[in-house]
Amino acid sequence: MSAKCAHAADGAGAPAKVPVQPARLAKGGLIDRDAPLEFTFNGRRYHGYAGDTLASALLANRVRVVGRSFKYHRPRGVLSAGVEEPNALLEVDAGYGSEALVRATMQPLTQGLTARHTNSWPSLGWDLGRIVDFTRPLWRAGFYNKTFMWPGWHWYEGAIRRVAGIGRLPAAPDRRSYYHQNLHCDVLVAGSGPAGLAAALAAASSGAHVVLVEQDREPGGTLLFEAGRIDGETADAWRLQTLHRLRQMPNVRLMPSATVTGYYDHNVLTVHDRVDITHPQRAVERFWKIRAKEVVLATGAIEQPLVFAGNDRPGIMLASAVRHYIVRYSVTPGCRVAVAANHDEAWRTAFVLQDHDIDVPLIADVRSEPGEAVLAEARRRGLEVRLAAAITNTYGTKGLRSIEVGTLAEFVDGTRRDTSSVRCDALAMSGGWSPAVHLYSQAGGRLRYDSTHGCFVPDRCRQRVRVAGAANGSFGLGAALREGHAVGAAAAEAAGFATTARQYGHAAEADDYPVSPLRAHRFSSADRQWIDFAHDVTVADIEQAVCENYVSVEHLKRYTTTGMSVDQGKTSNLNALAMLAQLTARTIPQVGTTTFRPNYTPVTLGAIAGARSGELYAPARRMPGHAWHAARDAVFDSYGDWLRPAFYAKVGESREQAIRREVLSQREAAGLFEGSPLGKIEVVGPDAAEFLNRIYVNNVLTLKTAQVRYGLMLNENGVVLDDGVFTKLADGHYLLNTTGANADRIVAWLCEWHQCEWPQLELLISPVTEQWAALTVAGPAAREVLAGIETDIDFSAEAFPHMSLRCGLIEGLPARVQRVSFTGERSFEISVPADAAETLCQRIERAGAPYGLVPVGVEAVLVMRLEKGYLHVGSDTDGTTNPFDVGFGAIVDRKQTDFVGSRSLRRPNDQRVDRRQLVGLELLGGSAPLRAGAQLVESRGTGYRSVGFVTSACVSPTLERTVALGMLEGGLARKGDVVTGMDEGRQYRLRVVSPCVYDPAGERING
Amino acid sequence: MMQLQCPYCGVRDEMEFRFGGQSHITRPSPEATDAEWADYLFNRDNLKGVHAERWYHGFGCGRWFNVLRDTSTHEMLGVYRMGAPRPALPGKDGETP
Ligand SMILES: [Zn+2]
Repeated sequence: MSAKCAHAADGAGAPAKVPVQPARLAKGGLIDRDAPLEFTFNGRRYHGYAGDTLASALLANRVRVVGRSFKYHRPRGVLSAGVEEPNALLEVDAGYGSEALVRATMQPLTQGLTARHTNSWPSLGWDLGRIVDFTRPLWRAGFYNKTFMWPGWHWYEGAIRRVAGIGRLPAAPDRRSYYHQNLHCDVLVAGSGPAGLAAALAAASSGAHVVLVEQDREPGGTLLFEAGRIDGETADAWRLQTLHRLRQMPNVRLMPSATVTGYYDHNVLTVHDRVDITHPQRAVERFWKIRAKEVVLATGAIEQPLVFAGNDRPGIMLASAVRHYIVRYSVTPGCRVAVAANHDEAWRTAFVLQDHDIDVPLIADVRSEPGEAVLAEARRRGLEVRLAAAITNTYGTKGLRSIEVGTLAEFVDGTRRDTSSVRCDALAMSGGWSPAVHLYSQAGGRLRYDSTHGCFVPDRCRQRVRVAGAANGSFGLGAALREGHAVGAAAAEAAGFATTARQYGHAAEADDYPVSPLRAHRFSSADRQWIDFAHDVTVADIEQAVCENYVSVEHLKRYTTTGMSVDQGKTSNLNALAMLAQLTARTIPQVGTTTFRPNYTPVTLGAIAGARSGELYAPARRMPGHAWHAARDAVFDSYGDWLRPAFYAKVGESREQAIRREVLSQREAAGLFEGSPLGKIEVVGPDAAEFLNRIYVNNVLTLKTAQVRYGLMLNENGVVLDDGVFTKLADGHYLLNTTGANADRIVAWLCEWHQCEWPQLELLISPVTEQWAALTVAGPAAREVLAGIETDIDFSAEAFPHMSLRCGLIEGLPARVQRVSFTGERSFEISVPADAAETLCQRIERAGAPYGLVPVGVEAVLVMRLEKGYLHVGSDTDGTTNPFDVGFGAIVDRKQTDFVGSRSLRRPNDQRVDRRQLVGLELLGGSAPLRAGAQLVESRGTGYRSVGFVTSACVSPTLERTVALGMLEGGLARKGDVVTGMDEGRQYRLRVVSPCVYDPAGERING
Repeated sequence: MMQLQCPYCGVRDEMEFRFGGQSHITRPSPEATDAEWADYLFNRDNLKGVHAERWYHGFGCGRWFNVLRDTSTHEMLGVYRMGAPRPALPGKDGETP
C-alpha cells in the first residue's frame, strides 16, 4: 500500500535524531514524545516513545505482520490492545531475561527491548509452514487423530513437533526474582475503569481498607481512550483527579501492572504483580494471595470479532482497539480504515477516526435498522454507510488491501449482487462485547444469557462479590459510574463500614450508544472464517465437529481446541458457541459456556514458585553436629529432609572404598555415627503405658523402667507403618524412637488416636527430636573408647546390658544412653542436649583415636544393617506389608489385647501363607552387584512369572559377597530353595536364607 | 483457599490444617465381622450437603476438632470439639446425596 496518508506523521519536522514513525499522529496521546526509546523486532531497529506498548510501537512503525498463525502459518497482525490478544505473541527480552509468548499489547516498551516473532521458519516473510494453509482441508479439527494413524503416530511425531510448537525456552538464566506475598483487605476492587474507580472511591471514603488492582500499568481502563464527559470535564481529567484522591488516602493500596488471575474459596484472590519487572537493579515479580472481606469486580468487557471470510488478515482489528491506539498512543492502524459492525457502539470508531483526519471509506453494518442516533451522526459527518451488509472477502497478502462487501441476502439465495470492493488498509470490526466474567465464574458464580446485549452476564454467587459496569453487562460510561459507586458503597457497608458519600462522577447515560449485536453468521467459505485466531480454528472446524456429533460445548472445545490457546478464548469462545448454537438449532443459553478456570491471564512459572527455587526449593535440615562432619570431609546427601554425611572421603578414595573402610573400621574397632534425625517422642501420663500398648504390636505393659524394646507400629489396615525402639524412662514416662523420615508423621498419628479415639486416656505427647543430639559409639572397642570420656555411667557389660538405658552425666552434660544397635555391633547411643553435639563429637573422637575410631556415614550404617538383616521400613516394606510378612508373627500371636491394626491381621488375606514375605538372598557364584528392584521369577510355560523382588542389596565388605533382602511369595517356608533373579536381562541364581547373615547368634551385640 | 475456625485459636487459613475425613465413625470391637470391619475401614459417605468432618490444626495448637461444612458451597456451618455430639442445624440437616 503506497497511498499517502492524509494525517501528518509525527517527526516530520523534528530534528533528524528522532527517526520518523510513519503511523504516529502529530499530536495527542498518553505518550512522552520527549522520551524516544529504541527497540528491535526481528533484528530491525525501530523507535517508539515512553508510554508505548510494544504493540503500539510496532504499529507506529507500520509493522503489520507480527507473527504466523499456529497451524496454517498465515501472516497475522495485532488484533487488540489488551490482554485478549491472540496474535501478537512474541519472544521478548526487556533486559531481565528472554520470555516466550509475551503479549505485545501488554508489554511496556523499554529502551533496548528486543522482540522476535515466534512461529515461522525460515523467516517471518517467507514461511514454509504456509504450505499447510494451501492444503487446509487436510488439517481440520481432529486431523491428528485421523491422519497420523498409519503406520503409527510415532512415525510422524518428530516432524510434527518441529512445526507445531510456539516459542522457545530461554537459554540464559532468569534475572528476575520472584516473591509470594499475602494481604488482607476489606474491599478488593478488580479493574480501574470508570466502574472500578467509582467503586474504590465509594468504598475508601468509608475508611475501609481498599485494594484496587489494575492489569494495565496506567489505571483508568476505557477512560484512557474513550470520549465522554464526567461532571462536565473530560474523562481523562476526571480519571487523573480521582487517582489523585485515591493516592492521598492512606487506606487505599493501588496496584497497577497487576492482574487478578484467580478467585478461590472464601474470597481469596491471586494477583500476578509485574510492577517492578522493569526495575533496573532488581526486577521482581510478585504473586499475591489476597483475602478480601468483600470483592468488587469491575473487570470490563472484551470486544468480540466478526466472523467473515478472511477476517484474520493483518490490518483487521477490534474496533475499540483502533480507538485505543489512536487516542491513547496516537498511532493509527491504517490510512483508510473501514468499519464493520453489528451494533451501534462500534460506529464510534468511525467518528474517532474521522476526528483524527483518517479516511473512513465505509461503515458496514449487518443490521438493516441501526440506532437512529448513530445513523444521524454518520449522515451528519457525511460517512458512507451500507446496511444489511457483510464482508464477503478480504484481500492483501501481507496486510489488508481491500475488502469485498455484499448484501446479506445474497448468502441466502446464493446469487451475488450488489457486491462492491472497498479499498482500505485497515478494518475496525466489532461483533459485540463479552463481559469479563472469568473471575465471577471462578468464584462459583452462575451466569445468565443477556439476549439484549448478546452476552453472558453475572447472575448469582454464594461468595461475597459484587459486579459493576461492563463486567455486569451495564455498558456505557454513565451506567458504569452509577453502578460502581453503588456496589463500592455496598461492599464497604457489608465489610462493617458506614458510608455516607454521595456519588462523585456522573455522566449522562443518554449519551451512551447501545450494545445490541445482531449475530448473522453465514458460510460463504467456512474454512476461511476464523473463530479462534490463536489456534487457527475456523467455522469449518466447528461444522466438522458438529457433523461428528460433538455438540456439547465442552466436547467442541476439546475436539477443535477452540479457546485453548494462550488467550483462553477471550476473543473466540462466544463466537464458537454462537456458531455451535446456530449449527445445532439451539439457543446460545441452551449451548452454555465452557468452565472458566484460573488463571485469567498466563502467570509465569517463576511467580507461582516464588522464592521456592534452588536451595530454597526444599530447605535442608542440618544436624547439630553438621560443622564437625564438614570439617572431616563428609560428603553430604539428602535423606528425607535432612542433609547427612553419606560417607567421609579420604584423599584418593572412591565412594565404595570409603564406605568399605568405614564398615570394616566399625566391625574391627569402633565408629562414631550421628543419628540425631532419629525421631524422639516422649509420652507422659498415668495412661501412657496403656495408650502405647494400643499403638505398638509389641507388649508395652511388661516393660520395666530403664528397659528398651523393639517396637512395630501398624496402621488400622494392618500395614507396617514404622519401627523403632521404645524405652521406659519411669512409671508413666516413655521415650519413643521412630525412623527419621517419619518423626513428624508419627507425632500427628499418635495425637489423632489420642484426641479422636481415646480422649479419656490421660497423657501428653511431646516431640523432642530437635532437643537431643544422638551420637552412636559402636564396635568391639566401643566400651574402651567410652572409658576415655568423663562420665558417671557404668558402661560395663554387667551394669549395662544390651537393650537397656542409663541416664547420667557425660562430659558434664545430662545424657541418656541407650544400648541399642542397628549394625550388629556393641553399640551405645548417647543423647545429649542438641547444642552440645559438636563438643561431644570432639571428645569422643579424641578418646577413640587410640582404638582406631572413625566417623561413619549413613551409607556404611545401611550396609551394616543389611548384613545383619535388620528391617528398613520403606525399603523392605511397602503399603501392603503386614507384620507376618516380615517375621513378626510370633509377637502378634503373643499379644492378647487389641492394638491398632490387630483386627485387620485376622482377615483371610492377611493370614495367607503365600503372601510375599521377607527373606535373605544369597547370590550363588560370584559377587555381582545385585540391585534393589530386581525381580524374583519362576518359569511358567514359555515365560516367567514374578514371585517377588529384591528390596535391598549390597556387596558386603565384611563377608566379601553379595547380601540381599527380598520379598518372596511364601518365602518364610522356602529356606534353602534356589530362585531366579532377573535384572534388566541378566539372570542370577539366589538361595533363600535367613535375613541375618552376620553374627546370627548375636554374640558381638551382647558382648 | 478456605478459612476454618479453630475452637482453640480462632479463624485461620486452610493451609494450617489437615483434613481428617468424616467424623463420628465408631471403631468396632475386635469381635467385629470382616464385613463390619471393612465397612469401618473403607466406606465413607460422599454427600452433597452438610458434612461433619475432622480437622487437625497441625500448624497451630495441634488439636483435632469437628467442622460442619457444606460440601457444595464450602460454607462453614459450625465447629465443635472432639467427642461432642453433632449439633443440630435447623433446616440444613437431612440433605442427602
Ligand atoms: Zn488451633
